[in-house]
Amino acid sequence: MAIFFQTIVAGLLKGGLYALIGIGMTLIMGVMGIINLAHGQMMMLAMYITFILNQVGLDPYLSLFVAMPSLFIIGVLIQKYFLNPLIKVETILPQNMVLMTVGIGMAMTEIVRFVFKSDYKYVKTSYSSSTFFLGGISFNVPLVIAFFIAVLFTIIMFWFLNRTDLGRSIRATAQDKDAATLMGVNTGRITVITMGLGAALVAAAGTLLAPVYYIFPDIGSPFTTKAFIITILGGLGSTVGAIFGGVTLGMAESLGATYLGMQYEDIVGLVIFIMVLLFLPGGFKRLTKV
Amino acid sequence: MLKKLPIAEMIALAVFMAIPFFMKDNYFLHLLILFLMWVVIGSSWNIFAGYTGQVSFGHAAFFGAGAYAAGLLAHHFGYSAWWGMALGGPAAVLIGLPFGIICFPLRGAYFTLASLALNLILMHVATIAENFTGGMQGIMIMPAFVSKIPYYYIALAMVVAILAVINLVVRSKFGYYFVSIREDQDAAESLGINSTLYKNISLGISVFFTGMAGSLYMNYMGFIDPSVVFSLSDYSIMAILVAIVGGVGTVYGPTVGAFIMVAVNEFFRSGFFGLLGFIGKRTGSPLVSKALDFVTHAHVLVFGILVIVVILYLPKGVVGDWEKIKRKVLRVRPTE
Repeated sequence: MAIFFQTIVAGLLKGGLYALIGIGMTLIMGVMGIINLAHGQMMMLAMYITFILNQVGLDPYLSLFVAMPSLFIIGVLIQKYFLNPLIKVETILPQNMVLMTVGIGMAMTEIVRFVFKSDYKYVKTSYSSSTFFLGGISFNVPLVIAFFIAVLFTIIMFWFLNRTDLGRSIRATAQDKDAATLMGVNTGRITVITMGLGAALVAAAGTLLAPVYYIFPDIGSPFTTKAFIITILGGLGSTVGAIFGGVTLGMAESLGATYLGMQYEDIVGLVIFIMVLLFLPGGFKRLTKV
Repeated sequence: MLKKLPIAEMIALAVFMAIPFFMKDNYFLHLLILFLMWVVIGSSWNIFAGYTGQVSFGHAAFFGAGAYAAGLLAHHFGYSAWWGMALGGPAAVLIGLPFGIICFPLRGAYFTLASLALNLILMHVATIAENFTGGMQGIMIMPAFVSKIPYYYIALAMVVAILAVINLVVRSKFGYYFVSIREDQDAAESLGINSTLYKNISLGISVFFTGMAGSLYMNYMGFIDPSVVFSLSDYSIMAILVAIVGGVGTVYGPTVGAFIMVAVNEFFRSGFFGLLGFIGKRTGSPLVSKALDFVTHAHVLVFGILVIVVILYLPKGVVGDWEKIKRKVLRVRPTE
């Protein structure tokens, strides 16, 4: 039974971070209607920023204040100069924006590979492997901190989307772009800001993961996969759904890893993904209507 | 049925048939075989995505299925992997059609993601089922021929087959059905086109040839493992690149695209065709060897940049935007 609870706790902690990754993705998906297949790569960039700052001696949690703004700017630039011009381009394939994000992701990975080589890097902290016990279940300190910061960011995002003008404009654009334009929302600017926000959120996830993960250029693509699984699980453009999706994926992965074997960790998420696509198209959003 | 004889195509075919007679260099033949293989994969991706509008991010799944069909046959039953050539296509169809039947209710980006998931699932399954597929150790067979010429002709035959099929399909009513589904699925259905059926036909043709290319790869390379043949970046994405660089929804676009991609890949992998290595040896400068190291690993970066540039400036690919290239780059006035 202890193993079961340990698994649940591990899944929950991981799920908190996944939720953070998923919220960024779902925002982008809701507003732009595209899948950002460079999402994990953005996270990888944030991890490397954390790594560099750590070499200088900055604590990973303080580097949140550097990584998030930098990724915000990168997201804004990508949207402004690479994705928005595509709206005017006439093409046969409607998915050319998605292909563009793939190209951007590839370029990011390779540029990082040039600068840092393919070696595994890690962020050294005094607490990286420290744990505490609560009722016989061990908690990894950095993961617990990461979980609570993730929850904090999620709450802030909620407040932002529901209570501020800008947040309401973002939601309006996600619901109906043309109507939002008619109501005087500058939708072009909103898409740029949304991309920046999505990038900043995933940057937070990357920085929070840095103390517990190895950092290498190819770490992006598995997380891109996780991000779109979470988004489909939760339902497009649904913040609540992304949280549910993130926690579900985290739980499913750690249950799969414990009871089926480590090598099944990734496949569990993918099978759930296909199941949701088939039997619950629209994801958890359909059940909760949020 | 044909209005006029395809003269240009026949001349091109004759040239390609003749190449091994005066070009005995193995390196050059290897590049040509890769090029022909990519023509097959790119064209088959194109018929499904470019004509039918179903963008697949998972064609490596079918490529790998074909490769594994051939490899497993040799590995478990001792039959020559050449029998796998006959089996590779059907094996890919066997995976493709159920996937299609299940996932075709999904549209647009959802379908794209489902195909990506299929690719990843097959990769994990091939890794986990060690007893059956050899897991990460992969499958190794002895190539049947030492010379590259037989492979060259087989690949050429496959290219002729797929180009002929595409030409036939595009001009038949199937082609029009495919395009109508791409342009507007609801309108097509309201006109009585069974979109699921025709998407499945398109998928069937597409994955059959991709699977064949996979089994050719198995025979030619003699070694496969899950991370090679189910590779997302090396096959799924590369298939898309080949098609979009050349021109999506054009018959010969992927052929041009395959040529460009293989040439670019080799250009960088070999350090500008050995030029940098040559300079480095002559001058002995450490700067050049550093540049060589940089350039030989640059091909993926170049692909990424190529995608960005092509999508931004040549959305219809080299073939589709040929008029635009002529006007802007070559400064040729359009003939009225």
